[in-house]
Amino acid sequence: MNEHLLEVRNLAVSFDTYAGEVQAVRGIDFTLDAGETLAIVGESGCGKSVTVQTIMKLLPSPPSRIKSGSILYRGEELVTKSDKEMENYRGKEFSMVFQDSMTSLNPTMRVGNQLCEGIIKHQKVSHAKAKEIAIQMLRQVGLPNPEKCFRRYPHTLSGGMRQRVMIAIAIACNPQILFADEPTTALDVTMQAQILDLMNNLKKDLGTAIILITHDLGVVAQMADRISVMYAGKIVESGTADQIFYNPRHPYTWGLLGSMPSVADSARRAKSELFSIPGTPPDLFAPPAGCAFAARCRYCMGACQKLDAPEFQADDGHLVRCWLLDERAPHVTPPIGRHAALNSADEEGK
Amino acid sequence: MGKYILRRLIISLITIWLIATCSFFLLRLLPGNPFATDQLLPTEMVEQLMDYYGLNDPLWKQYLTFMQNLLHGNFGTSLKYAGQSVNGIIAEKFPISAQLGLQAYILSLPLGILFGILAARHRGKALDYSLVGFSVLGVSVPVFIIASLLQYIFAIKLEIFPVAQWKSFWHTILPTLTLSLGSIAGRTRTMRTLMLEVISEDYVKTAKAKGLSSPQIVWRHQIRNAIIPMIPNLGMEIVGILMGSFVVEQIFAIPGIGAYFVKSVTSLDYTMTLGLTVFFGVFVVGANFIIDLIYGLVDPRIRVVK
Amino acid sequence: MKDTAAVSSVTLTAEDFRPIPREKRKADAIVRPSVGYWADVFRRIRQDKVAIISLAIIAIITLLAIFAPMFCPYDYETNNLQAINQPPSAEHWFGTDQLGRDLWARVWTGARVSLLIGLGGAIAPQIVGIFFGGISGYFGGWVDMLIMRIIDVGVCIPELVYITLMMLLMGSGPLAIIVTIALVGWMGSARFIRGRVLQFKNREFVLAAKSQGASPMRQIFRYILPNILGQQVVSITAAIPGAIFTEAYLSFIGLGIKSPTTSWGQLAQTGSSLYRLYPYQLWIPGALISITILAFYLFGNCLRDALDPHLRD
Repeated sequence: MNEHLLEVRNLAVSFDTYAGEVQAVRGIDFTLDAGETLAIVGESGCGKSVTVQTIMKLLPSPPSRIKSGSILYRGEELVTKSDKEMENYRGKEFSMVFQDSMTSLNPTMRVGNQLCEGIIKHQKVSHAKAKEIAIQMLRQVGLPNPEKCFRRYPHTLSGGMRQRVMIAIAIACNPQILFADEPTTALDVTMQAQILDLMNNLKKDLGTAIILITHDLGVVAQMADRISVMYAGKIVESGTADQIFYNPRHPYTWGLLGSMPSVADSARRAKSELFSIPGTPPDLFAPPAGCAFAARCRYCMGACQKLDAPEFQADDGHLVRCWLLDERAPHVTPPIGRHAALNSADEEGK
Repeated sequence: MGKYILRRLIISLITIWLIATCSFFLLRLLPGNPFATDQLLPTEMVEQLMDYYGLNDPLWKQYLTFMQNLLHGNFGTSLKYAGQSVNGIIAEKFPISAQLGLQAYILSLPLGILFGILAARHRGKALDYSLVGFSVLGVSVPVFIIASLLQYIFAIKLEIFPVAQWKSFWHTILPTLTLSLGSIAGRTRTMRTLMLEVISEDYVKTAKAKGLSSPQIVWRHQIRNAIIPMIPNLGMEIVGILMGSFVVEQIFAIPGIGAYFVKSVTSLDYTMTLGLTVFFGVFVVGANFIIDLIYGLVDPRIRVVK
Repeated sequence: MKDTAAVSSVTLTAEDFRPIPREKRKADAIVRPSVGYWADVFRRIRQDKVAIISLAIIAIITLLAIFAPMFCPYDYETNNLQAINQPPSAEHWFGTDQLGRDLWARVWTGARVSLLIGLGGAIAPQIVGIFFGGISGYFGGWVDMLIMRIIDVGVCIPELVYITLMMLLMGSGPLAIIVTIALVGWMGSARFIRGRVLQFKNREFVLAAKSQGASPMRQIFRYILPNILGQQVVSITAAIPGAIFTEAYLSFIGLGIKSPTTSWGQLAQTGSSLYRLYPYQLWIPGALISITILAFYLFGNCLRDALDPHLRD
């Protein structure tokens, strides 16, 4: 029974540029089960978009190249599939909502036609029937007056409406997996909430599994069952949403969580300070030999600079790639989460 | 859309008026007398001629007459060829130039677009390199060299086509080819760049994510969006072809309007120059106006933005 | 699994699990050396074979244009009816024309005119464009409105009309050709510069200069223009072949340079009338025009790529 809907093993993706090889994704593993929401969290440039676009094989090759690993969808290997074979998966088995709905919709084509394309392709229906389905879809994503929307051009819609259209396109053929690449980043806060609600409802109604890519932990908290934290092309910590939010173990995750402003926090502590992680992510032209986060990490040890940590199991299903979990490492009290030190000034003094 | 058309129409009319007015005053203010360069005419005859052509009238009166005639579609008469009206010359000679230009335009439009698409689709491969090489050469070699080369190879050496003249369709092939080569080269390059830009657009990724096949993506999403930004340039290319046709007509001894135009300028036939300049102006501005309308129809963004 | 293999190759001791204070850490390794913008541009150009070859061709042609007429025993305008239409020989390297003038001397004297028009015709519209575009973008308001409306209408007037009027007004010397090119070309560069100025004028460093009392002209020329300069160098290089082309075209149809003065276009025009009998009279200037345009064109492309590698295709 242990077959996952999607299983990614040791996936590595590089880009061959004229300046050299950029190792965007450096060996990641994760699984996704039906109906589940997995959030992949990380700074921009950490390889999260590359990961999902590789799964859908959307990246042009060259310059991109799958260096190693396997992508199993219902037990079928996707890495070796040709572009032609992938056409039957894209849009039908999995589909994608992109970040910027302005540039992701064809500006010179009516919204309805862009929606119908996929329906005609995968459901093998007539134009008239596709239009019917499309209007139904537009209604389902909560667009007012769907018949009229069908005939409109993208630039005449607002950002929120365009994102709804994007979602309608993505779910039109009832996919098993929906990849949402920063679906709400380009929207303002109230609109964000509406779109997230919509996605949550659709997930409930359709049973679609979602892989959500974001750097916004607020969004993650509302959506995710499980979370993978990515840094410099690797997953540094993964676990259930509770594990990551209440018992984070990787210093990078601490940094991420600490840099999220929280209304409750600042109300409680007047002088609550936001964390920031010093420095910038490493250059993926030549990733460091040790832990990629070592140079920015407050708890860096000799081992961290020598070689990258293996995955330690912190809890059931909670994997952390950090030497701090080695039994030889000193005990560090996390500055955040359930076991956080009450006074962060203490920590600073050590 | 209505507002957009109106705006383009107003600009076009102002442009035509400006061309007519500037040309008129510049040509009238030029020093020298058109009759003085001719055979040595007696002064009284020159005076008579000046009177006859209304050149002794005050400037504003001449301008009014000129504009009045223009509004009636009358471009004036030649000073040098007695009794020849500019309209007559246009009616007789322009169809030949227009046929040459049109043939070249019709040939170069699809070919340039096709080459550009092919080059972009085969980026970095042999076909791309040869098409880019062709387009670089095509824009670097002046039209008179292309004309002479083609004439030398295909007419004089290989004797496939007639060397010159404009008699049958067979005669028109070499000049048409010459005139279109530069256009094809330029358009190949533009189209290739535009296609490469479009290929990396997000909506192409969306289309791919929908599971559309490669030909569907290219046809429905890439080509259409790549061609649109090229449309405004089509007007400018009419000017290019018009100017190129002067050279081609000269080399292939084609009795088009180009020779008359050049001769009118060099022989100071003011009225003729004026008439032809305004005629070309109206022609090009009109063509541009039509192209702007097409642009507005094809690109939905234009209709509301402006 | 990869990790376990890695672990076994390096043994970690207890010592390795001591925290390292921030000061003692290996600094963020800067992998790529930081190179100045212009140094980087020159490095890229040096590595580009096409750029080097085209630059060499341009240099050779320019040097010949400067020095060849000086060291040629013949004068470019002296007729010699005893030696008309002679093919290239040791005596006359490029042969002689219909009036017995030495073509080697004429070709390189003509090169001076053509190259000068090329350079002048590329720079002049830029200067006018920078001036009006800068003013338009910086001041905005009615000045901007006026200049932009003039340009809106101006670009609609076909090139041919400008050419005709300028040729009639100024005669047909090199200066007239440059002025014509400037008149046609300034509008495009003015629009471009205006766009860039609008982009830069509210940047912090310009506002800082403004707050310290820099005059508008100083803000434009000292602070904004240097940021646009790279682009302008590319535009100028890209415009040179166009200007050479225009000269050749005008002279060829008989509206440009006229004998006895000479230019490549004028030589091609004279050569074309009898090229079936004396092909060298057309092919030599024709080849030089083509090669020069090609070299400038390719070099312009390389320069554009070197200044902005993102545009590389």
